Amino acid sequence: MNFFTHLGRFLLMIKQMITKPENWKLYWKELMHQCVEIGIRSVGIVAVISIFLGAVTTVQTAYQLVSPVIPRTVIAVIVRDNIILELAPTLTCVVLAGVVGSRIASELGNMRISEQIDALKIMGINTKAYLIMPKILAALIVVPCLVILAAVLGIWGGQVAGGISGILPFETFYQGLLEDFIPYNVFFALTKSYTYAFIISSIPAYYGYYVEGGSLEIGRAGTKSVIVSCILILLADYALAALLL
Amino acid sequence: MIEIRNIHKSFNEKTVIDDVSATFEAAKCNLIIGASGSGKTVLMKCIVGLFEPDNGDILYNNENFTKMPESGRKELRQKIGMLFQGSALFDSMTVEQNVMFPLDMFTKLSTSQKQKKVNEVLERVNLKDANKKFPSEISGGMKKRVGIARAIVLNPQYLFCDEPNSGLDPKTSLVIDRLIKEITTEFNMTTIVNTHDMNSVMEIGDKIIFMYQGKKEWEGSNQDIIFSKNDNLNNFIFASEFLQDAKDMRMLELKGKIKENRNMDDLTQ
Ligand SMILES: Nc1ncnc2c1ncn2[C@@H]1O[C@H](COP(=O)(O)OP(=O)(O)O)[C@@H](O)[C@H]1O
Ligand SMILES: [Mg+2]
Repeated sequence: MNFFTHLGRFLLMIKQMITKPENWKLYWKELMHQCVEIGIRSVGIVAVISIFLGAVTTVQTAYQLVSPVIPRTVIAVIVRDNIILELAPTLTCVVLAGVVGSRIASELGNMRISEQIDALKIMGINTKAYLIMPKILAALIVVPCLVILAAVLGIWGGQVAGGISGILPFETFYQGLLEDFIPYNVFFALTKSYTYAFIISSIPAYYGYYVEGGSLEIGRAGTKSVIVSCILILLADYALAALLL
Repeated sequence: MIEIRNIHKSFNEKTVIDDVSATFEAAKCNLIIGASGSGKTVLMKCIVGLFEPDNGDILYNNENFTKMPESGRKELRQKIGMLFQGSALFDSMTVEQNVMFPLDMFTKLSTSQKQKKVNEVLERVNLKDANKKFPSEISGGMKKRVGIARAIVLNPQYLFCDEPNSGLDPKTSLVIDRLIKEITTEFNMTTIVNTHDMNSVMEIGDKIIFMYQGKKEWEGSNQDIIFSKNDNLNNFIFASEFLQDAKDMRMLELKGKIKENRNMDDLTQ
């Protein structure tokens, strides 16, 4: 299948997914379930990665800024802006594309192969609405929260690393954090995270939902969806930067 | 009653269902039989709308399903129950939750009413003490029974079973077959069963359609099948020499050439 058939089928999937639920209560339950699956279960990995990213960014920025005329607070400014603008949203979502994406693709792929999706359809349920929409909505709800968490922990990690390794004291770092702070950057980071949230939930859902063949195909769908989501994240990253900055 | 007219279905130029017409009657077990790959599953999936036929009409009690908009289909589907070949139980839910799911989705019953109904159906399919187990913890035969329970919990008018006894031992198969037969008459359902199991054919085949390479090759009842002169059918259903002999015996018996209550000792003397 070529690019345009995929695109057409993807758009059709999104369109058909938006209908009135057969039963609000069950859809709500599914949405909450997905928030836990996508959100709570990813907190650990997001925390670890962002703390270390913050720490590494601090140490490496200090290494690059050797001139004594530059005040040390600049390190904090650079770390803050790097994390908010790029590392927290983009890197977190690339990682989530792997963690969440493969889970969504394999869950749906398994349901497809074992005819569970057919079983739902036979009952008279809109399977796209029941299986895909809650996942995308849940991602749109929790991924921005994860990105904010990643930003906070990343900056904190940078502060701690700076203090421990004697690069700059906590107070200096804190001072630097407040220097020239641009609130628009936070808005930009959130715009990115909503875009990525949509990508990392809808792409794996698409590949998982349309799996054909045997269980080998489920693994392939997972891999393919991770690759495609990562590429789309990077493309969107560039496009958003070009548009909004 | 379900009527299909001139159904065609092909995948990538390869014809899988070739101009099949048939009528499936209410309160009867209608069997679609045929070798693996003869198109039974595809035909059944066309009838329920999981595949779109390329051509032809499908009528549920004279309502044309093929021309129905999605909303009408969704409504009709609530009167359809289906047992899938691999049972297709939701593996994140327990047995009880699986059976309760259609009730949760489509009824406004209270929790206790739903629970009562679930226990009722599970009892109907002879499944006790498995309510809290997950599909991965129960045997194939039990899965099929849960699948049947889930299919009939909303009292459907139409029941579809795709190979209900694949992967089961002969005795368990027989139990499942009889169960399908019983609920069919009990609830006056139009039941369609896909099978390649000779035992089921003889046991529950009120009406049988034989598929051969995507075409309807033969049609009749389990009484007629003994006397059928169709070679493809005979090769399929009486595949082994043993079964050929059994068939010949039965024919002689039905024609009165040998006694029905013959004694084995007489024959071996
Ligand atoms: N989704 C599909 N895409 C392409 N070919 C298919 C598909 N499903 C079934 N077929 C083909 O249709 C034929 C009939 O299959 P099926 O109905 O599953 O046979 P069975 O009688 O064993 O149930 C087979 O040759 C199979 O390869
Ligand atoms: Mg089959």
